[in-house]
Amino acid sequence: MAEIILDKVTKRYPDGALAVSDVDIQIADGEFVILVGPSGCGKSTTLNMIAGLEDITSGELRIDGDRVNDRAPKDRDIAMVFQSYALYPHMSVRENMAFPLRLAKVDKKVVQQKVEEAARILDLTQHLDRKPGNLSGGQRQRVAMGRAIVRSPKAFLMDEPLSNLDAKLRVQMRTSVSKLQRRLGTTTVYVTHDQTEAMTLGDRVVVMRGGHVQQIGSPQFLYEQPVNLFVAGFIGSPSMNFLPAGLEDGRLRTPLGDFPLTDRIRRLLEGGSAPREVIMGLRPEHFEDARLVDEPGAAFTATVEVLESMGSDKYAYFAVEGEAAMAAELEELAAESGTAEMADGGSQIVSRLSAASDAREGAELSVWFDPDKIHLFDPSDGRTLTYVE
Amino acid sequence: MTTATRPGVRARWTLIDIVVVVYALVPVLWILSLSFKTKETLTDKSFIPTEWTFQNYVDIFSTNEFPRALVNSIGIALIATLIAVVLGTMAAYAIARLDFPGKRALVGVSLLIAMFPQVSLVTPLFEVERSLGLFDTWPGLILPYITFALPLAIYTLSAFFREIPWELEKAAKMDGATPAQAFRRVIAPLAAPGVFTTAILVFIFCWNDFLFAISLTSTTASRTVPAALSFFQGSSQFEDPTGTVSAAAVVITIPIILFVLFFQRRIVAGLTSGAVKG
Ligand SMILES: Nc1ncnc2c1ncn2[C@@H]1O[C@H](COP(=O)(O)OP(=O)(O)OP(=O)(O)O)[C@@H](O)[C@H]1O
Ligand SMILES: [Mg+2]
Repeated sequence: MAEIILDKVTKRYPDGALAVSDVDIQIADGEFVILVGPSGCGKSTTLNMIAGLEDITSGELRIDGDRVNDRAPKDRDIAMVFQSYALYPHMSVRENMAFPLRLAKVDKKVVQQKVEEAARILDLTQHLDRKPGNLSGGQRQRVAMGRAIVRSPKAFLMDEPLSNLDAKLRVQMRTSVSKLQRRLGTTTVYVTHDQTEAMTLGDRVVVMRGGHVQQIGSPQFLYEQPVNLFVAGFIGSPSMNFLPAGLEDGRLRTPLGDFPLTDRIRRLLEGGSAPREVIMGLRPEHFEDARLVDEPGAAFTATVEVLESMGSDKYAYFAVEGEAAMAAELEELAAESGTAEMADGGSQIVSRLSAASDAREGAELSVWFDPDKIHLFDPSDGRTLTYVE
Repeated sequence: MTTATRPGVRARWTLIDIVVVVYALVPVLWILSLSFKTKETLTDKSFIPTEWTFQNYVDIFSTNEFPRALVNSIGIALIATLIAVVLGTMAAYAIARLDFPGKRALVGVSLLIAMFPQVSLVTPLFEVERSLGLFDTWPGLILPYITFALPLAIYTLSAFFREIPWELEKAAKMDGATPAQAFRRVIAPLAAPGVFTTAILVFIFCWNDFLFAISLTSTTASRTVPAALSFFQGSSQFEDPTGTVSAAAVVITIPIILFVLFFQRRIVAGLTSGAVKG
């Protein structure tokens, strides 16, 4: 077990590409840290630098206080689970899992015992003598995990370990990865694309973008207090709704109507130099069918374009007239998620309504939202204006 | 496939298979049959020898030339194969794994060599080897064999190497292997089938060569079996050498069969499957 510290770690590839720049992350002993971010933001590069598979261009990597920049992977005592599993096809499952121990010249009996124990934990006992080629995807994944845990390394590194599994298996494996990590208490760095994995697995989440760390915090904290537009849009599914808005005399002019700022938000904006034009963000669950609430708040009426009933609740999609919110971050997020902008220049709002709502596709609906739950962002640099320090 | 429900289709394929096999094997079996016939029955047109004899085999091994040619063939083919495979492995590794300036040029040049008509090289090579003192020596044959086997080796090997999941090398490093251990215990076993396949192809190429063998040798010092065969005479001018030539032809296929059988066991198809997501 180990504490891993990245101190201004930078990676420039030989071809000049700056993949990771000035990354500072402190990972405590036994912590489960998730790296998320869009494709190409440097997650794998960061992981490979911790592993020792890529050189660190500048900055320092410390494991348990020792600088390990120049140590070979084998001298770092870290295990890695690859996205492709990278099992040795010419070895049986048993040999695959024993490989790290055999390299470490562990006594034969101990190897046997450790492999069998790992196989038991991962439910692989009856497959020990098969070759990886004859295993299912989930079983291969477990062998890869087994190979990592047998030698009780200081830390685990996992690069999208579940992304090759089908949806159902992924959910199963997600819980077993989480249980396994709790049980072993080994420091873990986990790279993922998957929202749910990021939100449910880790103690802390590191959101990366273009080689820079955007924000580090517990999943809940990132969800409630995104530091900028990018984090706000990246964390959460369906993602936060963004609308252009104007700030004027304590009132907010939005495509959904004008309404006064709440005291809490007014206080947050004070002192800061909020521009007149801002971007308003509102999460889907902060909307509700106006018929079902009697609290004060803001309301607007719109036509339900699409209604998705999930049983427990309903997702209603509305079209909003006027300009869409514009910011570099939002374009990047749209490119990542593949959602094209709406043809007529308006924007779309996703709302999560309770199952009791009688919203119907094509019909008008009066929608309520809590104006105290809004986030305001500066469109020029994406920073959150309503961030609680 | 609908083999079970379409006996007609099946029968047709079986027939085609038989035709192909017969077409390919009859000449070989005919030579085999000739080699066991006595001189008197050689021309009796019977497929199965009426009188069996080993005399032809005894004869060829009691001559001076044939055993010597066999030694030359085996020695030259093995050495050329070894060198071509070692060099080819290094080149193919570089082509499959590394990005270096001139990579395309290297591939292009080796393709060019492979396409170059060998006949047009024979005369210049003859002159060159004569002046260098390589004519009628082992190196005199080994060198051109390597030259023409290398493109073959590089192509086959780089196709194999591209299939190796190189992430395994990283995995081995993470599991605590030194680069040498990673190569020996993970990469080498996976590369082996490709290397053996290439070795077989190169060996057969060298073993079967007649053009260089006949043009660049003049005595038993380096004459290989295909060339030696063409010098076979009966023990007297009036004797028909067909029986002995057939026996020699049978003998020289044996090393190839052995070579293939020996290495075939190492060529397990689909060995790399299951390493990565499949
Ligand atoms: N070997 C390399 N040489 C040059 N540039 C590279 C190399 N590997 C990665 N890069 C670049 O570095 C950046 C970060 O790559 P990285 O693989 O770390 O992204 P990632 O966050 O893991 O993406 P993904 O989610 O798609 O796996 C990318 O822009 C990529 O093009
Ligand atoms: Mg990656």
